[in-house]
This record gives sequence, structure tokens and C-alpha cells, in this order.
Amino acid sequence: MDVSRTPTPLSQGSRTPGGIGESTQRPDGTLKVTGDFAYASDLWHEDMLWGTTLRSPHTHARILSVDLSGAFATPGVYAVLTCADLPAATRYGLEIKDTPVLADGVVRYHGEPVALVAADHPETARRAAAKIKVEYEPLPVVTDEESATRPGAPLLHPDRTDAHAPHVPHPNIVHRQPVRRGDVAAARAAADVVVTGDYEVGMQDQAFLGPESGLAVPAEDGGVDLYIATQWLHADLRQIAPVLGLPEDKVRMTLSGVGGAFGGREDLSMQAHACLLALRTGRPVKMVYNRYESFFGHVHRHPAKLHYEHGATRDGRLLFVSCRIVLDGGAYASSSPAVVGNAASLAVGPYVVENVDSEALALYTNNPPCGAMRGFGAVQACFAYEAQMDRLAAALGMDPVELRQRNAMSQGAVMPTGQVVDSPAPVAELLRRVKALPLPPEREWESAGGPPDIRALPGGLSNTTHGEGVVRGVGYAVGIKNVGFSEGFDDYSTARVRLEVVAGQPVATVHTAAAEVGQGGVTVHAQIVRTELGVTQVTIHPADTRVGSAGSTSASRQTYVTGGAVRHACEAVRERVLALGRARFGAAHPAWQHAELLLEGGKVTTDGGEALADLADVLESEAIDVELEWRHRPTEAFDPRSGQGNGHVQYSFAAHRAVVEVDTELGLVKVVELACAQDVGKALNPLSVVGQIQGGTTQGLGLAVMEEIVVAEDGRVRNPSFTDYLIPTILDTPAIPVDVLELADDHAPYGLRGVGEAPTLSSTPAVVAAIRQATGLPLNRVPVRPEHLTGT
Amino acid sequence: MRVNFTVNGRPQQADDVWEGESLLYVLRERLGLPGSKNACEQGECGSCTVRLDGVPVCACLVAAGQAEGREVVTVEGLAAYARHRAGRPPREDPAELSPVQQAFIDAGAVQCGFCTPGLLVAADDLLEHNPDPSDADIREALSGNLCRCTGYEKILDAVRLAAARAGEAG
Repeated sequence: MDVSRTPTPLSQGSRTPGGIGESTQRPDGTLKVTGDFAYASDLWHEDMLWGTTLRSPHTHARILSVDLSGAFATPGVYAVLTCADLPAATRYGLEIKDTPVLADGVVRYHGEPVALVAADHPETARRAAAKIKVEYEPLPVVTDEESATRPGAPLLHPDRTDAHAPHVPHPNIVHRQPVRRGDVAAARAAADVVVTGDYEVGMQDQAFLGPESGLAVPAEDGGVDLYIATQWLHADLRQIAPVLGLPEDKVRMTLSGVGGAFGGREDLSMQAHACLLALRTGRPVKMVYNRYESFFGHVHRHPAKLHYEHGATRDGRLLFVSCRIVLDGGAYASSSPAVVGNAASLAVGPYVVENVDSEALALYTNNPPCGAMRGFGAVQACFAYEAQMDRLAAALGMDPVELRQRNAMSQGAVMPTGQVVDSPAPVAELLRRVKALPLPPEREWESAGGPPDIRALPGGLSNTTHGEGVVRGVGYAVGIKNVGFSEGFDDYSTARVRLEVVAGQPVATVHTAAAEVGQGGVTVHAQIVRTELGVTQVTIHPADTRVGSAGSTSASRQTYVTGGAVRHACEAVRERVLALGRARFGAAHPAWQHAELLLEGGKVTTDGGEALADLADVLESEAIDVELEWRHRPTEAFDPRSGQGNGHVQYSFAAHRAVVEVDTELGLVKVVELACAQDVGKALNPLSVVGQIQGGTTQGLGLAVMEEIVVAEDGRVRNPSFTDYLIPTILDTPAIPVDVLELADDHAPYGLRGVGEAPTLSSTPAVVAAIRQATGLPLNRVPVRPEHLTGT
Repeated sequence: MRVNFTVNGRPQQADDVWEGESLLYVLRERLGLPGSKNACEQGECGSCTVRLDGVPVCACLVAAGQAEGREVVTVEGLAAYARHRAGRPPREDPAELSPVQQAFIDAGAVQCGFCTPGLLVAADDLLEHNPDPSDADIREALSGNLCRCTGYEKILDAVRLAAARAGEAG
């Protein structure tokens, strides 16, 4: 597919091979294909023990007694810990410290950690944990808005002191954010057409493949070294150190190989637990969740109930949107407040709407805790507002793409928060591009002649149909996602860049704490260094806490923010190189004093390309080493009543067209094609950009038709396994043609725009829109299940 | 118990193995071969796929004792296995990759990489039996291997690339 390019001016030459804009290969690729890449679950240490976690079988219960004798009596057991053994802080949390390290008298969700065991074999540890006798007294549970806020409802956290507590209408509401603009009542009276809808989004799991794991090694100084798979080393450190009662410099963290994340590693899982066991036993302790435990060991995407009302003129101009988004945050806060901020501020989508009355809130319930997952509050809203746009188009008798384009925002548009979108917002163009693509051929299963190829049919190899009752549908959707941490958060990153001569060649080393979780940050950092410093040899230092914080690998922010920090540090290194060069060679050529100088191909050159000196000669034995922080433009908090404020750093946009074939008799869906167009500002690594878009698109497909953690009415998780929680296989995933636009954002490094999340938003509503077109059913809930299509 | 079997062409002996231990556990924790991955340990994700007497299996579902006297090939042995299959002498450069490994890198089929070892073993097995697979063949052969990062498109590209290169070379 064609990739259109808008040239982005570079501050530095791009003629050094392997710089930005090239699809360079991953530095960790070879290790990953040979099996030599050390993931957190692969770590090994002499004399190491295995840790395991005993979890609550109840959703809400008082712990009356705990009998550890059976576990202690098990040969091979070295330690058994409960909350009574905690040396210091007993609670932690990303924003609100409401999460017990180990249950302290009460459990509030199914799977809450109660006790820890360390033993010399993982199976010994599991069996010993099973011998711990815990006597529970079940308590009443709250599982939805009605039960959580009715009079007399049990309070999850009765003594809240967090910053949101004074503003919420009920103590079982974590945070509530209204966004109000214009005059919805007047607009409603003026509207020719009003459509309303109620929508529901199920609980999605990140389902990263590398389970939660890490190795804690006690150190001679009384501290601990933790090798861990996470998304943000320094946020972990800030939460772990108080639990261990240690100063932060005695908790040294190193990133080990991370097998995917998608938000599920933002909160702590086994980090503090492994450290506690290691410090207690004096032995290295490894903890590895299995898949069953992983479903209990991390937060999920908030399930949501959404009520929307859209009003428009007869010719399809949106006059108002009113909506209410209720997110289930589960038993602990995690990142619920920020998810609420996103859902509220992005609730109307990438459209110009002058009159808005929206609110989003997150509940405390006894359901599994929910927090960050790719798309972060914007996914739930997008499913609902895009369903509404189709409903409105139908009410107006208008083409759904044309209705979207007529209301699409563009650069200069004003968000419902009052924030002006001050960089390209090619919403109408993205829709035009996916719509202009040729449609995949119909009845592909007949294309070879002869008997039908059942692999191209809904139900596939299950041989459920030969094409009878199969109907095609096509659907469209577009979405808007913020990039970076919002609402006034000090969202910085740190990079250390070292330049020196090794064996006669200039070599750069980049050291950041940025978590490489698979997205290719390590690839991009090396590209930035090659572009900025003109060297070909770049070493990526392992990420650890010996360098300043990089912030989180989330919110589509890491290439923007840590990429920005790497570039910033390189600029400082370049200035030092040039100063050194002037001192050593300045007298030899007037250009040293007067010309714009670059580092290119291992040399100092003029901007006209004349070489002045080899970098190796400029540096000689000197090593230039710079560590710097870098920040993007500051943001503001949203006003707690009106939601007004410049809350976001940058917006990103993607559009999808889904083509589905539905077996209307059996309720089976085959997604035939899922095309995406996305503006990425500047593709620093085009191959990785397309990989992000295809991966995000596929997770959206999963939410549309497959993925849901089924939570029973009493709050228990019903399907904690890959047997029962289905993520798309290669058979479920269609061709995903990708069209990448590069419209530079002048505020961002190289003009880039965060890529990872936007494709996860619009994928889901596009697939469901296509199924609606095929079936004529309203389909207000995802994931769509066969029984929703057959009515059985 | 003691288990004797061949791993990547070398005789191996594992001692003190519990009856309940899987082949995956013995490979990873007793033989120092963690390349086969532990993503689900219930036979659903394919990340622990190895060849057992030539047949791709989930090592997590094979009891270690079942491997007694048999031949196992893991991702760590894939490059040597591919050369042996092609009738070529053993590698002189230990860094040399098998064609399917190289294709995964070149096509951008590796992101987090946790599914990669299992996919490589499965894809190598596919190409051994079907050197010129259709897209539907590739999808069918790799349908037991979950990937959460890539959306599979680049994995399809990688298998197509490996097949095309073999065709050109062959």
C-alpha cells in the first residue's frame, strides 16, 4: 500500500544509515528468534527459591483466622508471609494507596492476595500454600452502580482521604468528571433528529503472553536487586520501597525481558511480594504466575455502561451530545481516576460539537480491579459514540461515512474541554482513505471452483456451513485518543547518552529507564542517536533505575517523550563535541566558527556537506556523557465541575473499515478484512508503526467478537484461562491493510504522533457496525456473541 | 526419577524429576533451555511448541517421562536442525540463523517475542512439509500459536518470505 509522506524538517542530517524514517531491525531480534532473550520468567539464580501467592476464593469477606502450620510443616518451605509480617507500609497504589500488599482482615475481590510462600520447588510452594487454612466470613457484595450506591450499600473504602473523595457523590465512586460546554437544552429543542442509545462494554483482558514474573535477589547492604517485567520501573520503585521499609537507593531495579504489557503491567503484581520473600529468607526468590493466576494478578479494561443522546439538524450537523459513562473500577482504584478523565474528555469522539453535557465516573465494587489497558477509557466511549453516529445516519437517511465527515474535526477545532486542537486532525481524510479501498472479493470460499474452501467461511475448519445463510456487511468507525499523560501530570523522561571512541570508531551508548515491552522503543532510540550524532554503532544499555525515570511505557507516549529525551541528550552531546572540535581544530578551518555544523557519517561536517574532522579525532580519549530530563508541553487539570481545561498533550486519530461475513443461522462471524488508516505524524520506523497498527487493530477485533472476562453476579471470575478467554488466533484475524499518513505535529519531536492506541479504538465499533449491517440487529453490547445474533 | 532423552542432537539426562513435571519444566528449569516459553501452560497458546520425534507438540502438555528415549528439537536447536535437514554440514558460525528465523526478523514479525519460539518451530515444521504454502495453509498450520502483539500480518509475511527464499535457492 502507498505510504504518503509529508516531509518533516530535521534538525540534523538523516544521511547516516539506520537513522529515523528507516525500517531498521530490532536490536533484540536475533536473541528473540534464537530463544536466548532473557524474559523475566527465564531468570535463574543459584540457590533461588520459588514464591507463590495464596489468593482469596471470595469476593468480599472478613478473614476470621489464618492457620499457617500446614504450610510451615511442608518440607522445602522457607517462608510463609501474611499481612502480619509486613515490615513497613501495608498499602500501595499508582495514584491512591488503597491496595493492601496482603489482605489485612478483609478481602474485597476474588483473587486478592492473602499469603505468600517461598519454597525450593514451585510445586512445593503451591502445595504448601494450599495447606494454609483461612477462615472467611462472607460479606455482602456490590457489583454495579445500583448495588454500590443504594442506601446502606457496604463501602469498599469507608475512610477515604484521597484527593477525589471530597468531590464524589458517593464514597463507592472513585472519581467523577463532568464535561459541559454550550447549552444542551437549547440545542435539544432546536434539533431535527435526536437518537438515544444504551451501550455496554465487557471486561477485556490485556492477555500479554509473558506472565507476571521476576527475580528478587537480597543484597549484602540490606537492600534488594529486582529483575522485573514492568511498564515503568520508577513507579514500581516508588511503591515498593515504602513496603519494604527501605530507602529507594536500596531497591535497585533492572528491566528483564517483557512479554507484552498493553497496560496490564502498570500496577504492581508480584514485585513487592518477591522482594519481601527474598528479604525474609535471605535467598533469591523467583515468582512466575501461571495463566490462571495471571487473570487474577493484573487489572483489566474497565467494563462500561454508557448512555448517549445525539441531536442533529436535518442536513446532518451535530448540535449536541449528552452522555453518561459508568466504568466499573472494581475493588481498588488503580488508574481509574485517569481513565475517567479520558472517557469524559474524549466522550464525543473526533467531531465538532458545540453543546456537550457528559460525565464519566468509576465505581468501587467487589469485581476484579480495573485500570489501564490500551485505549484507556477512550475505547469504551468510541464503541458508543460510533454506534450513535450510525444510528443518527440511519435516522437521517444519510451515508454513515458522509455524516462523520460532515462533522469531523480538523486542526483548529475546539474540544468539549475547550482545548484547541493545534496540530493536524485529518479525520475526514482518514475516513475517505479507508472507504476508497477496493472491497475484498465476495464469496471467496468459491473462488477456487470445486467444493467450497471452508477455511474462508464463518466457523472455518469446524465445517459449520458451506455458505448457506452467510451475509456480508461493511462498517466504518473513527476515533480519537490522547497521547501522553494528561491533566497536569509532570510527564517527563530522562536519557543518558555517552559518546566515545572504541577501537578507533565512535560509539554511542543510550541509557534510559524506558520499558521495552515489545513496541520497539530500543530500535527507535538507536535510530534517533544515529540521526543526531551521525554514528552507526549505538549500544542500548539495559533499562534500570540507575538512570532517571523515563515515565511509563503507556499512553502511546514513549517514542514521543523518551524519544524526545534521547534527542535532547544527543543535542547536548553534539554541542560538547563541537566545542571540543573548535578547541582542537578551530584554527584550521573558518567553518568551525561560522558554519552550521552537523555530525554525519562519523564526521563533523558543514551543512553543505564538507567534512571538517573525524569524530574519532575530535574525541580522542574523551568520553562525552550527558544525562538530561525532557518534558513535553505542560497540560492542565480539568475543572472538576465543567471539565474545561487544556488537559491533553496531543491527539491521535485512526479510522477503520471492517468487512465481515456472518452466518446468520449459527451466529458466527468471520471478519474478512479490517482496513486502517492512521496519521502518525512521522513514522520513525515504518515497519514498527505498521506492526503497532495491526496489533492494536486485532485487539479491537477481539473486543468486538471474542474477548470478555465473564464475572458472575457474585463477582467471581468464571473464565481465567486461554481455554475460556479467547483472544484472536491467526484464523480469526483477517488481512489488515494499513494506510499511514504523516502529517507533522510541529510541537512533537520530529513531528511524530503516538501510534499504539488509536487503532485499538475504532477497530471494535467498525466490526460491530459491519455485523449490524449484515444482520440488521442493534447489537449494543461487546463482545458480540453468537446468541446475540441468533436470538437464542 | 531420571529422564534420558536427546535435545537438539545432544543426549541429555535430567535427575530428580518429579512425575508431575512437564517436558517444558525440565527443558526450562533443569536443562537451561528457556527458549520454549511458558505463556499458558495449558496447551492453548503454542508458545512452548517443540518437535518430539519430529512432531510439533506443546511441551507443557507432555509429561517429562514421556520424552524418555526420544528426540526433542527446541527453538535453540532450530538453526542446526535446519542445516542438517538441508544436508549441509554443521554451522561454522554459531550465530547463523535458520531461514525461518531470519525471515521473522526481516519481516518485522517479532515484537515482544514471547510467541516467537513456538511460532518458529511450527512454521519450520510447516515449511518442511509444505514448501510453498498458501495463505490458508499458513493460517491453518499456525492456528495453535497465539500472538498478542502483531495481529499476525507480519508473521504471514515472514512465512511467505521464508518460503519464497527457499524457492529461489532451491
